Amino acid sequence: MAVITVTAENFEEEVLNSKVPVLVDFWASWCGYCRMLAPLVEQVSEEVTDAKFCKLDTDNDPDLADKYDVNSLPTLLVFKNGELVDRSIGFVQKDQIAALVK
Amino acid sequence: MFDIIIVGAGTAGMSAAIYARRSGKSVLMLEKTSYGGQIISTPEVVNYPGIKNISGFDFATGLYEQALALDADLSYTHVIGIQKGCPEDPEGFTVLTSTEELSCRAVILATGAKNRPLGLQGEQDLIGSGISYCATCDGGFYRKKVVAVNGGGNTALEDAMYLSNLCNHVYLIHRRDTFRGEAALSEALAAKENVTFILNSEITALIPTYGSDIPGTNIRRTTLSSIFIRNRVTGEETALNVDGLFIAIGQMPDNTAFSSLVNIDEKGYIIAGENCLTNVPGIFAAGDCRTKEVRQLTTAAADGAVSATAACAYIDRNGR
Repeated sequence: MAVITVTAENFEEEVLNSKVPVLVDFWASWCGYCRMLAPLVEQVSEEVTDAKFCKLDTDNDPDLADKYDVNSLPTLLVFKNGELVDRSIGFVQKDQIAALVK
Repeated sequence: MFDIIIVGAGTAGMSAAIYARRSGKSVLMLEKTSYGGQIISTPEVVNYPGIKNISGFDFATGLYEQALALDADLSYTHVIGIQKGCPEDPEGFTVLTSTEELSCRAVILATGAKNRPLGLQGEQDLIGSGISYCATCDGGFYRKKVVAVNGGGNTALEDAMYLSNLCNHVYLIHRRDTFRGEAALSEALAAKENVTFILNSEITALIPTYGSDIPGTNIRRTTLSSIFIRNRVTGEETALNVDGLFIAIGQMPDNTAFSSLVNIDEKGYIIAGENCLTNVPGIFAAGDCRTKEVRQLTTAAADGAVSATAACAYIDRNGR
């Protein structure tokens, strides 16, 4: 499944109301490690079918980054049943991304 | 068996790979995290000759694609040591990784350097939760907040200046009474109303807030809430409430895995001159990991060329 772009408008619907676990990639265009991580999240989203993968541009939605205490990029947040259950800060390899939504 | 194994795929390592492949040698790069090294976190590179402006990511990715197009191999693994001699050649080397043993004729160490931590308790856990080593990366998340910068060189001064334009207040903490960085920068900072210097002082403890709930979540989060500062002259210790602490006290190498074989100076850098030769024939050191005066993107790339050329000559000279 492709990575879904989320914003303040559809965050509740796509992330908080999701029936399956959701991994949200908090990123920004100027962040080098975010750009390195993005294709890996994309690959994991193709391989892991029982979870949803989203990305959120923190420059467009600083309030959501603030709400979830995202102070460094890239940050991956994992939501289950509308609740934040895990986070990973910084660049990680594919297997670590997959392990987050296991 | 590879002709050359390069430890580290930063600017020096990937430049070495390009030169070695163009000389017809087989090359394997071993990298712990991601290709690119330190330059990945630099939003804008404006001092690389011939390139007016490029992001660190685009620069590193260009190098990466160039090296791979020349058929250099890259493997993500952690190198834990090097031994003289390998099954195929007593004069070669065995590179030990966390999962296997690899044989080669020559080694280029291009392990780079990383931001020096304060070494205080809880520091690693607070990275991204109040502790940062990159003001231009993370500063935006501390808009209208109170932060401290620790350090006295140009990076610390530039970080303080950058943050002073975003944050309500910036404390600049330095262990001496004068800054090593440019006077013009420290004077400009002194003139800013929202910047306070705390000199002759060092940070002695990081105080986290435990269990601050994130609204709408079941996560209890640990974030930095204050720091303890000790005045080195009076010995007085005070607490300072901050939302963020930006640490800019320089770089440090990580060459302990090789210290039984190659000579390393007291700061941990591999002792090698501009010719990139170490005390062990066949092992070369390139980029920020070696003793040198100027650590820049251009000098890392230059070391890549010098070390690869030397490694190729070493292999050819020994008729292997």
